Amino acid sequence: MILQTITFYLFAAITVAAGFMVIAARNPVHSVLYLILAFFTSAGLFVLIGAEFIAMILLIVYVGAVAVLFLFVVMMLDINFTDLRQGFLQYLPIGGLIGIVLLVELFMVLATWQFGPDVAAGAVPQATTGGLTNTEALGAVIYTDYAYAFQAAGIILLIAMIGAIVLTHRTRPGVKKQRISSQVHRDPKTTIEVKKIPPGQGI
Amino acid sequence: MDNPFLHGYVYPGLWMLGGILAVMLPVVLAVAFVIYFDRKIWAAMQLRRGPNVVGPFGILQSFADGIKLVLKETIVPASANKGVYFIAPVLTFVLAMVAWAVIPWGYFGDTKLVISDINVGILYLFAISSLGVYGIIMSGWASNSRYPFLGGLRSAAQMVSYEVSIGFVLITVLLCVGSLNLSDVVEAQRGTWYGIPKWFFLPLFPMFVIFFISALAETNRPPFDLPEAEAELVAGYQVEYSSMTFAMFWLGEYANILLMCAMLSILFFGGWLPPWEVAPFTWVPGPIWMIIKMSIFFFIFSWVKAAVPRYRYDQLMRLGWKVFLPISLGAVVVVSGFLVAFDLLPNKG
Repeated sequence: MILQTITFYLFAAITVAAGFMVIAARNPVHSVLYLILAFFTSAGLFVLIGAEFIAMILLIVYVGAVAVLFLFVVMMLDINFTDLRQGFLQYLPIGGLIGIVLLVELFMVLATWQFGPDVAAGAVPQATTGGLTNTEALGAVIYTDYAYAFQAAGIILLIAMIGAIVLTHRTRPGVKKQRISSQVHRDPKTTIEVKKIPPGQGI
Repeated sequence: MDNPFLHGYVYPGLWMLGGILAVMLPVVLAVAFVIYFDRKIWAAMQLRRGPNVVGPFGILQSFADGIKLVLKETIVPASANKGVYFIAPVLTFVLAMVAWAVIPWGYFGDTKLVISDINVGILYLFAISSLGVYGIIMSGWASNSRYPFLGGLRSAAQMVSYEVSIGFVLITVLLCVGSLNLSDVVEAQRGTWYGIPKWFFLPLFPMFVIFFISALAETNRPPFDLPEAEAELVAGYQVEYSSMTFAMFWLGEYANILLMCAMLSILFFGGWLPPWEVAPFTWVPGPIWMIIKMSIFFFIFSWVKAAVPRYRYDQLMRLGWKVFLPISLGAVVVVSGFLVAFDLLPNKG
């Protein structure tokens, strides 16, 4: 148990520190790298509580795909660091106001938070998997009890994806493209012309 | 003397350390020899001799190269982002090594030869291989130079594209297995069907081909070695690296190739299982079968490198998104439909 506790505090400390560095780092690429570190250590925390499937999905989806695209975009941005710092005092009042409002709201939520009577009595409801692995237990819930909600979520994501493609897609005229189908459908009759060259005359 | 600390932490810890060393050391040694074999096979296909000076048949060439690289000076570009610049090769090497933790090598008596027999082994491998892109993109950015940056960007786009189809191929395999555990994947391929081994490459042959080609793209091997296309980008993301940092990229790259060979043998060719469970085949122990299968796949990797010209970048993207993605996505539907229709699902309930 003591090893798990040490590991938990190690991962938790790294997650919090990395989360702080995301907003504190001067270089935006460093910010994204700290964000990736935060994702990674939170995956470690998920493994510690026995949710190995969620941990791996967090790694694959967020670290393996989303953060790569993040990093991609941030690296391509041409950011002037001196310009970035110039408006700091100008935006300080409104930024500070938003920060204070968020802080107050968080305090209100946490102060009024109450555990349910069963939990407060110590009977923490545990997910009973009945000898199933993590993956099987999740699949059994998602594809039976919440099948329609799951399908609806999938359709919403699909619509969002198609919408993003439709909105950003533009056909640029004058761009040379390789058309595989037209290349495949070429035949000797239309592309090759056989000429008989009489000797001594040329074409 | 029943010391709880000794029995609770020290002995399991030592046992685990021994297991890790028993896998890591052979992998690093194998990488050294595999680089030699790669060069030899490549040379043989081009009617050259290849490395033949250091040791008998030049077999110690990789060690000579390694010592040379260690003794060289580490050069750091003046405008490089130092921290990220040094983390990148370490990350590549470490990720290539940690993936071996879940690869099962068979049984020794009743002991399962695997460091960590986790329930989500396939997902773990997939996650680690999707992290591999960071080593390359970080090195490309941190070098603060044009060629490495272009190489890093190319590599990021390429690996993200091919991971999608690799993911769908993995889904078809685990539909047939009913478990994400790699040992279960191998055990599901035990036995024969009218004398033919029940290995997954036969029923899932198109998936095997897609996985193999995607593995080539995922490990930046020719014909998909565009991140380090020497004719266009000198050496891509490795341009500014020298000495040990360069060696770590090299080791990580080949360890990843070996890992892909191991994944191919586990997912499609029955891992440590012999093709038929009869006398001459069962005399050979499981790990040897695994190594034989991995060697054959490595030979095919080298063969492709020597035989096929490099792809153009737009062709690479077209193959990934317009050919492999629809085929593998369709295959998931077809395989699951087939399994449901003929009541062949491994986990009923």
